[in-house]
Amino acid sequence: MPTLTELANPTRFLAFSARVQPWLWALAVALFAIGLYLSLFVAPADYQQGDSVRIMYVHVPAAILAIGCYLLMAIAALGTLVWRHPLADVAARSAAPLGAAFTFLGLVTGSIWGKPMWGAWWVWDARLTSFLVLFIMYLGLIALWRAFDDPARAGRVAAILVLVGTINIPIIKFSVEWWNTLHQPASILRIGGPSIHPTMLYPLLVMLAAFAALFASLLFTTMRAEIYRRRIRAAEMMAAQSMGIHTRSAEAV
Amino acid sequence: MFLGVTGQTLRLGVRAGGSAIVGLIFFLAVVTVIPFGVGPDLKLLARIGPAVLWIAALLASLLGLERLFGADREDGTLDLVIVSGEPLVLYALGRAAGHWIATGLPIVIAAPVLGLLLDLKPRAMGAVALTLFVGSPALTLIGSVGAALTAGLPRGGLLSAVLVLPLTVPVLIFGVLATYGAISEPEPFLSPLLLLCSLALGSLALAPVAAAVALKLSLE
Repeated sequence: MPTLTELANPTRFLAFSARVQPWLWALAVALFAIGLYLSLFVAPADYQQGDSVRIMYVHVPAAILAIGCYLLMAIAALGTLVWRHPLADVAARSAAPLGAAFTFLGLVTGSIWGKPMWGAWWVWDARLTSFLVLFIMYLGLIALWRAFDDPARAGRVAAILVLVGTINIPIIKFSVEWWNTLHQPASILRIGGPSIHPTMLYPLLVMLAAFAALFASLLFTTMRAEIYRRRIRAAEMMAAQSMGIHTRSAEAV
Repeated sequence: MFLGVTGQTLRLGVRAGGSAIVGLIFFLAVVTVIPFGVGPDLKLLARIGPAVLWIAALLASLLGLERLFGADREDGTLDLVIVSGEPLVLYALGRAAGHWIATGLPIVIAAPVLGLLLDLKPRAMGAVALTLFVGSPALTLIGSVGAALTAGLPRGGLLSAVLVLPLTVPVLIFGVLATYGAISEPEPFLSPLLLLCSLALGSLALAPVAAAVALKLSLE
């Protein structure tokens, strides 16, 4: 296993990820096969919620990964700003759409789960609301990244917003919970954390591992694409410079 | 340095065509439009009035942020500030302070008057003015971070509004809760107000630093 410092070299990262990637994908597929089988056929139906409880096996891992992805981006943002790690910015930029996708998946599955449980597609529950805010923050970050021509500058600016968001997300979570308890009685059915039965816990853990493997595979794939995209961009700039022609992007700067 | 930047921002804002008057008109327009949406029921308007004023103030505080640092970045003032060795944090804070005095303070003063349109009781008007007085600096400061992040971008104003809005959720929540706490008896007033104060002070401490770092990095 190469260390993080060694992987700072994009070429070394490309070689490493090319070797690891097929195994990660295979692991993700295998874990999903086991996890989906366990959660759809082996795990028992809930005595209150029936089969709709099985949405949990998609919903909870997606939600955990959505938050985990933000944490990863926060660490990467520190890496960009403090250590100027060249791959940190690539990782954060590639992780943002994945985080948005997992947040969206969490919101949609939560909504589908909520329809039979609450009788509505959406309730302004504290968790749902703070996840919606998280989703908007992901979209804003993606928009910020895409707004700059120069990926290095975009990376530094976005890293600051990621860190500002890291301070803000717990405050948002706290304030939304406060707001929620005052505005509506907490009468919402939810699966109690530790009181979950082992027959449901193991499929959930397998699905969580499957989602994590999927996330890692997708992250490696998108990071590789991002590195190649930057190389193409750099090569184009060099070609344009050597020909003495102003490219469209050079004019826009 | 700080006072100079504050004064200059204030003068620019108050000058004809500055953001101060436009922001105030926008605030009035939002408050006017909402009854057209929810209907002219005065009872309902009195109930949602404080929230309406707060949301209108939040939207108005996002206006004019685009020019907060954008002009300085384009004409090279920002480079001069950095070269001069003066702390960039004070510059960012001065811009935010001037912007708040030019656009935030008029809204705080106008909010009780517009409360008349929404049939607010005197007590509610006072509560809205007080909570906006505490909360609107936080809105401007958080907004200044968004403005710094998007400085120099075409259409940066719209983007910075999108970036800033989710970050202002806690300010809005505690501002509105404190207002309702002051009006209706059983709900707590002091704790949301204190939390609102802490948000304002926290953003006072952190936002100028984040804005200064963003400005500096965006010039590299």
